[in-house]
Amino acid sequence: MPAATETIDTVQALADTGYKWGFETNIEMDLAPKGLNEDIIRLISERKEEPSWMLDWRLKAYAAWLKMPEPDWAHVTHPPIDYQDLHYYAAPKKKAGPKSLDEVDPELLAMYEKLGIPLKERAILAGVEPDENERPPIAVDAVFDSVSVATTFRETLSKSGVIFCPISEAVRDHPDLVKQYIGSVVPVADNFFAALNSAVFTDGSFVYIPKGVRCPMELSTYFRINARNTGQFERTLIIAEAGSHVSYLEGCTAPQRDENQLHAAVVELVAMDDASIKYSTVQNWYPGDAEGRGGIYNFVTKRGACRGARSKISWTQVETGSAITWKYPSCLLLGEDSVGEFYSVAVTTMHQQADTGTKMIHVGKGSTSTIVSKGISAGKSNNTYRGLVRILPSAKGARNHTQCDSLLIGDQCGAHTVPYIESRNPSAKVEHEATTSKIAEDQLFYCRQRGLSEEDAVNLIVNGFCKEVLKELPMEFAVEAQKLLAVSLEGSVG
Amino acid sequence: MNAPVSLGAAGFLARYDAARHLLSGDPSVRDAAAEAFRRSGLPGGTSARRPEAWKYTSLRPIAETALQSLADDRDVSALLARVPALDSPLVVFVDGRFRADLSNPPAGFSTFAKQPEFGDLARPDRDPMTALNTMLAEDGARLRIAAGGDAGVVRLVSLATGAETLHPRHVLHLEPGARLTVLDVSIGDGTYLHNPVTEAHVGADAHLIHVRLQDESADAFHLATLYVDVAAAGTYDGFTLNLGGRLTRAEFHVGLTGAAAVAHLNGAQLLTGTQHADFTSVVRHAEPHGTSRQTVRNVLAGRSRGVFQGRIEVARGAQKTDGYQMNQALLLSPDAEIDSKPELEIFADDVKCSHGATVGELDAEQLFYLRSRGIPDQEARALLVRAFLQEGLDDVTDARIHAIMEASVQGWWDRQSAQAITERANATKAVGA
Repeated sequence: MPAATETIDTVQALADTGYKWGFETNIEMDLAPKGLNEDIIRLISERKEEPSWMLDWRLKAYAAWLKMPEPDWAHVTHPPIDYQDLHYYAAPKKKAGPKSLDEVDPELLAMYEKLGIPLKERAILAGVEPDENERPPIAVDAVFDSVSVATTFRETLSKSGVIFCPISEAVRDHPDLVKQYIGSVVPVADNFFAALNSAVFTDGSFVYIPKGVRCPMELSTYFRINARNTGQFERTLIIAEAGSHVSYLEGCTAPQRDENQLHAAVVELVAMDDASIKYSTVQNWYPGDAEGRGGIYNFVTKRGACRGARSKISWTQVETGSAITWKYPSCLLLGEDSVGEFYSVAVTTMHQQADTGTKMIHVGKGSTSTIVSKGISAGKSNNTYRGLVRILPSAKGARNHTQCDSLLIGDQCGAHTVPYIESRNPSAKVEHEATTSKIAEDQLFYCRQRGLSEEDAVNLIVNGFCKEVLKELPMEFAVEAQKLLAVSLEGSVG
Repeated sequence: MNAPVSLGAAGFLARYDAARHLLSGDPSVRDAAAEAFRRSGLPGGTSARRPEAWKYTSLRPIAETALQSLADDRDVSALLARVPALDSPLVVFVDGRFRADLSNPPAGFSTFAKQPEFGDLARPDRDPMTALNTMLAEDGARLRIAAGGDAGVVRLVSLATGAETLHPRHVLHLEPGARLTVLDVSIGDGTYLHNPVTEAHVGADAHLIHVRLQDESADAFHLATLYVDVAAAGTYDGFTLNLGGRLTRAEFHVGLTGAAAVAHLNGAQLLTGTQHADFTSVVRHAEPHGTSRQTVRNVLAGRSRGVFQGRIEVARGAQKTDGYQMNQALLLSPDAEIDSKPELEIFADDVKCSHGATVGELDAEQLFYLRSRGIPDQEARALLVRAFLQEGLDDVTDARIHAIMEASVQGWWDRQSAQAITERANATKAVGA
């Protein structure tokens, strides 16, 4: 059982080290003044060298945001956020605009190392030619605070016609595509945080897969929040044309802080006929300390539109970090026989609060969706699954199956399940199952009897509990995710 | 009072202001309820956002209906004839008022009119329909079963003759070890609002079986709120059959406040036309070793809409709780809708809680099987729907009451298929024209 052994090793290696990824990189920052108003938005737009339609779009979102109340329905509590007390723009000071990786700030390269970007990728970042026999490499669009610093593999990708670049670059270089699709899945006034993001987003990734192309490599973005008091507003847009396929990986770490930090990203996916998008996330932002001080507020809007017939969007997430998570990756199943999937593991410990789930909106005939959610609560945390399955009258023969399981570790935590099921078509079949339990004594006994410590036994059992979801992750992430689970639950047993 | 009252929440408040000095009971409780109702209004009655508890049910139709009271002393013999026959005590309320002449009450019976006490379970500050009831309640049944006593079956019947609004306040009190079965029947004619609030106190080791048969008139609004408290090792065994009414809701708040308390909150909703029925429940496990069981089945025809909102709460320390919740819906028509929200809120780790929900149409294969054996379509469908309901009705263990429920389901089905046939005939005519 090598994976389990590795998990155990990791736990031991990390014992007493606290939050492993809690470091801070000092790079000169270009910081906009605190506060949010039209001038700040104009400044962001200007710094990004955006065309005027983009600025108008931002201002429209800002106007909508001003009129919106902050949502209060999630099962989370936090002190009120002062939106005027944040920096909405922070960019590492430009030397000359890196033309190649050699010009990249060495501090950043050192940061990749700390971020744990796999050796292989770092070698590639350093300009080492990939070995022909190895499996296809991963393209990385590293996001350092608000500006994508360098994008690798451009060339390989562009050969096949794939566009993978920072969204600010896409706004300049591919304005027609951006104009056509941005805000088409998540409208500017969709919700409070999406409107805020639309007004002030500073960076994120743009992916365009042309017709019939299978993206030659996994695309990956490493997010990282740096600089004190900057909220991060990422905007990601992925378009998969007819018959194309792409797998996108998103991983996150953040420096250790005392102050709460706001993160409100928007991710939009568009899949045409027969296209498929797989979007995987490992989220490991700073969850706050043992007393619940600090940590990231993660208020994210992720939504995919299956516009074409037989299109498919699959969300997989492993959420272990953040003080508060408010996240519902959703699928609009518009195309006939389109497919939506949501696989989630959410772990909360200490004082973490997670309110996460999905929405599957069935519009297309024969559309199907699968939801598998595994929630693990430990410490004094609260973990809520909140999901919606809506079948519209047009969704003849639609199918949904939902499985939500919660595991409670300790008697001071909470696990909640709030599914909404709305069906308006008799030929649709919707099934929902949910269970809540703790780790069975006999399972624990079995492992202990074979010489595993209680903590190792719990890790083993938790990994088994999450297996259904973890197996959906790309290989690169599966190992990391398994380690993360173990590290997250460390100290919450016994 | 033949003039139409002003509409919506304002109309109820105006009525309260006018009748305040005539109402019995603690005026401070009534005033507080009126204040709460002034704040909440009728959920959905105005354009204000509805609270989450009313996500799928808007009371706008009530706010827009001019409820008129009719002359007194209407003949209730036709309605009386519909009261299920049973050799058991009978308590009859006509238009919300106790009628001794039509009743045969059991021992321990009194009325709210005689003893206007509001009880301590109801929450007018939180639940708008309870606030409305608390503001305007005039009568209701009070039944106390002494410790260790077995009161058998009692029929509690509400007959509505079209009087504008009924706000009965019922209190059931089972002392330790007592047993009681209540067959709670609501029937009526015309347009009216029936807004009962029922408090049930189930003492230690006591056993209350509460079977509700809601068969109001097709134009009626029925908004019932029930508060149940179950002490150690006590059992509340509830079953609700929703058949009638234009817009109806049964809202349960059940607290298992003693160790090893048990609650069953089962039900079936059979809807057609443009009916809207909402089954909402909150079961709170406050102490260890509690058990709750809930299965609610919906059969939805025509353009009807069924709503299920069920929440199981397990408080910190309520270890060894065993909770189960199931909502099933059968959609018989392309225009019917089900909205289901089964919810778990758990703060204890050593528990076994699960819920499930299924939505779909009649199984095509089963239908084919029956049709291939020469059973006509309508009959085959009826058979499958009845089979679907049978399991639910089996939760009603008293054989006599079970038979009454079966007969009610049969009556509904006869009306429903006749209506479906009429609709089809009309559709054909329309095509022909």
